[in-house]
Amino acid sequence: MSILIGENTRVIVQGATGRDGSFHAARMATDGTRVVAGVTPGKGGTQSGELPIYNTVAEAAKEKGADASVLFVPAPYAAAAVEEASNAGIPLIVCITEGIPVLDMISLSRRVRERGQVLIGPNCPGLISPGKCKIGIMPSSIHRPGRIGVISRSGTLTYEVVHALTHAGMGQSTAVGIGGDPIIGTGFIDLLERFEADDGTDAVVLIGEIGGDAEEQAAAFITHSMTKPVVAFISGRSAPPGKKMGHAGAIISGGKGTAVAKVDAFNKAGVPVADTPSSIPSLLAQRLKI
Amino acid sequence: MKLHEHQTRHLFRKVGIPLNDYRLVHHPSEAGEAAAQWETTVVKAQVLTGGRGKAGGVKLAQGSVEATEKAQDILGLEIKGHKVKALLVCDAAPIEKEHYLGFIVDRSRRAITLMLSAEGGMDIEELAATKPQAIHTLSVVPGESLDSAALEALLNQVFPFPEHQNQAKDTIEKLYNLFMDSDASLLEINPYALTPDGRLLALDGKMVLDDNALHRHPDLMALRNPEEERDDEREAREKNLSFVSLDGSIGCVVNGAGLAMATLDLIKHYGGTPANFLDVGGSSNPQKVTDALSIILRNPQVNALLINIFGGITRCDDIARGLLMAQKELEINVPLVIRLVGTNQEEGRAILEEAGITAGDDLDEAVKAVIAASRSQA
Repeated sequence: MSILIGENTRVIVQGATGRDGSFHAARMATDGTRVVAGVTPGKGGTQSGELPIYNTVAEAAKEKGADASVLFVPAPYAAAAVEEASNAGIPLIVCITEGIPVLDMISLSRRVRERGQVLIGPNCPGLISPGKCKIGIMPSSIHRPGRIGVISRSGTLTYEVVHALTHAGMGQSTAVGIGGDPIIGTGFIDLLERFEADDGTDAVVLIGEIGGDAEEQAAAFITHSMTKPVVAFISGRSAPPGKKMGHAGAIISGGKGTAVAKVDAFNKAGVPVADTPSSIPSLLAQRLKI
Repeated sequence: MKLHEHQTRHLFRKVGIPLNDYRLVHHPSEAGEAAAQWETTVVKAQVLTGGRGKAGGVKLAQGSVEATEKAQDILGLEIKGHKVKALLVCDAAPIEKEHYLGFIVDRSRRAITLMLSAEGGMDIEELAATKPQAIHTLSVVPGESLDSAALEALLNQVFPFPEHQNQAKDTIEKLYNLFMDSDASLLEINPYALTPDGRLLALDGKMVLDDNALHRHPDLMALRNPEEERDDEREAREKNLSFVSLDGSIGCVVNGAGLAMATLDLIKHYGGTPANFLDVGGSSNPQKVTDALSIILRNPQVNALLINIFGGITRCDDIARGLLMAQKELEINVPLVIRLVGTNQEEGRAILEEAGITAGDDLDEAVKAVIAASRSQA
């Protein structure tokens, strides 16, 4: 099993004819994902490689059937494109795009949730259930099918951790990059809940970073509602206050959002926090008693 | 992007938020002239950092002569690394009570949250930590207006008299509209002061804007203060690199913000000191490696370099080509440790090996190696 996606997930690519969109649409298909259509306004009726292109998400979904849409749409148009996917009733929307204005995301992320849809991102690498489905930009070669769930605010740091897991013989059920922006569609707690309920997941790795208090809230949730082991990693321990560390959401402001506070919260919740990415597998092994 | 107090005040004035009389000055004599019109004057350093008061950047003065002296003292001060080049001189009208009033982007509620407290003047973070029950909040979703009944109930808790409640309500609505219209992520009035004659005035203003939305506010973008960034940070931003200068000796080039942060943490963990945070970004443009290295190598403190790439969207062969380009264009005379894995790693390594450069694949090993190299140079 896995969460959110599986072998039969049918995927639409919005922004499928752009540089990144066309490259990754092809990559996802090579990696075994059922990529069924692309959407680029004004290019309907054409093909991108073997992928049929439609003008709208609604058209593509009607013709091909779709469970998910992934967006490679430039930032100025990305919020409208998420809204289009939502209006077309797509249950899972994955927004890779970085740089969407925060106020746009507040109302949009709320609307998508109210409709019972799931938005992953923005500013994220997407998600993968190894061997079944990949919706995003991560290199599939480092992943292996398995029973560890991964949730992360980062992209390449997730690859680093997955790489370490795979090396240690720990495959992944699903790995989700939730995005580095202050306002994102799906948070740690939403996914911890899903992993807790997933028969195919034995334990979860949570990769957080400085900024906000999502890690502190996740720690509280784990205390009350998780029976499966969780191991955490926090990046930004050496980040100076008041500086945005790449991600729009990674900033210590007014003494809040520090790595120390997050590590403390996890320690209090009985969640071990790894000092280095490479020590995550051994902490997991201890918790899983393997 | 942060605004100065005087820039925020200007916006307050434009939208009709009442505030005490003020002038922006750059010379002590101008401060003296302005102070002639008020009984008591407050002289305030204009720097993009908090804690001005504690650092001696805010002083009271009686009359022109004293205001000139105080201005002289404050101009040229350095507050947390920020040189004071401009001053705000204001009418220090008597105050009966100070409040806090602000709006923030509230991540966990997915909303804009109004914060109001009868305990103004101090840092809201300090207040939140020591007396959270003294902060009243009301959340609103962009596109909707503030819930009038909830706002009135909240005002009732903070202001005992209806005439003050009405003034505050008017200011709160204007502040909310200003927040929305400028895509702010933080907008606060602290202190929001009640004068003995019953007026509520903004005595200070702080505003932070969402960088992602600046493109739709050219008027606000024009307010950017060059001193918010160091020269190297500005150059990096203009070249689409995410860069933060630190005070150590190991220069870092990494792809991805999370991995870049984790790389700095690892350097510290193993006993080294990073010179910078640098994310070369997702797309693989070889030129970016040259841009990144040229910025880093200008820092005389840098005595070793670490390139850490985990290819995803970024391709290792592009990074390798970029590095060879950089070697031709720049003089790299410090030891270089390269860790290169992920998309097209074989191609990338082959390119480097042909040029006699070895790339590793283990992050911990690479970090330990660059620390050793840095120590041998020190």
